[in-house]
Amino acid sequence: MKEPKQLSVSAIQNGTVIDHVPARNLFKVIQILGLDHIDNQITFGTNLESKKLGTKAIIKISDKFFADDDINRIALVAPDAKLNIIRDYEVVEKKVVVVPDAITGIAKCMNPKCITNSEKVTTRFRVISKKNVSLKCHYCEKITNQENMQII
Amino acid sequence: MKNKSLVSIDDLTTEEILRILDLAVEFEKEPVQKLLEGRVIATLFFEPSTRTRLSFESAINRLGGKIVGFADSSTSSVSKGETLYDTIRTVDNYCDLIVMRHPLEGSARFASEIATVPVINAGDGANQHPTQTLLDLYSIRKTQGNLDNLNIFVVGDLKYGRTVHSLVMAMSRWNATFNFIAPEELKMPDEIKLYLENIGLKYFEHSDFTEIISVADIIYMTRVQKERFSDPIDYEKVKNIYVLKEKMLKNTKPNLRILHPLPRVNEIHTDVDRNPKAYYFEQALNGVYTRQAILCSLLGIK
Repeated sequence: MKEPKQLSVSAIQNGTVIDHVPARNLFKVIQILGLDHIDNQITFGTNLESKKLGTKAIIKISDKFFADDDINRIALVAPDAKLNIIRDYEVVEKKVVVVPDAITGIAKCMNPKCITNSEKVTTRFRVISKKNVSLKCHYCEKITNQENMQII
Repeated sequence: MKNKSLVSIDDLTTEEILRILDLAVEFEKEPVQKLLEGRVIATLFFEPSTRTRLSFESAINRLGGKIVGFADSSTSSVSKGETLYDTIRTVDNYCDLIVMRHPLEGSARFASEIATVPVINAGDGANQHPTQTLLDLYSIRKTQGNLDNLNIFVVGDLKYGRTVHSLVMAMSRWNATFNFIAPEELKMPDEIKLYLENIGLKYFEHSDFTEIISVADIIYMTRVQKERFSDPIDYEKVKNIYVLKEKMLKNTKPNLRILHPLPRVNEIHTDVDRNPKAYYFEQALNGVYTRQAILCSLLGIK
């Protein structure tokens, strides 16, 4: 007898599924997308098995659809994330996250002598590498790489 | 000019750089021109830099402009805890242009985004000091006739010296060959070498330069500071290798000139001063002409 196919995180009728989020960055994704401040139903699972990432997290948000620019903001912490747009339990569209050319806010400049770390300035970066994301600060011109990246 | 402020040398196109150098030639011919009559320039030095400040103030005075500002943040409202944002918003009302020196990197870019008047970066921490780079370019062009295909020796602290980083990046526009001479601890950073490789320019690295000095067109000296070494013994081992002495200039090219951003401590022996190839004090004078050109250019006067 076959085992029933079980979903670790139950299906949603309408909304967005964000899959292949690195487990350790789940809460950063939640923070960047502001999911902790909305009233929609949200279910998530973390430390799930993933062939690609080892462990992954998945987030399902009911009745929420993101603009591309909004969703690309998570590229710094979940570059391999895949989005499924769900309508009436069916996947109607798939999207991938694209690392944008510029990042405003979100990340902190790793240079302790940068003006953005001592004065109220919104950080701005130019993305100089998309594979292993590295950012060049618009202000101090120093590079912040993936290993040292802190999300504000 | 496209940018009303001068924050980083990379903000300027090659044409804009050459235009400023050409203007500086005019000021060298006629240093006193009352082009800033009735204008007020703020010189905000959040950390002391006497040489840069005096050079700017000399340039402003020769142009007939008036100066407001401070030489040290301890005598300004910064010591009361005022933010840079508030200082710039306020001073912006008092002047036609701001010259600013600040210990934090990126502060000048930030100020240029707040101010309605042009901002000249006179040094933001270890980041940029574009007016120094422009006066270096002026000195090189003046002594060599042009900027093309020169062999540039850069000696000393190549790791932390922002002046040499900007100079190398700027001179890379004119097909220069570079010789980097530095102790192991203070070698040129990889990002600059990678940049040169990517654009196909030649560079060589050495730990001593007595053998190769004969091919140099420009020797740019910088100071090797004791504080940069984690082990003081390492400093003792290298401290005399990076000192230029008069006798080393014997077999050098006739067009060779020695530059130094100053202040000098002991990295150029005083016996070099009497050699006609020593150019560092003239270089400082060129700084005044170059800054006159930059001021007038940013204010749209010339």
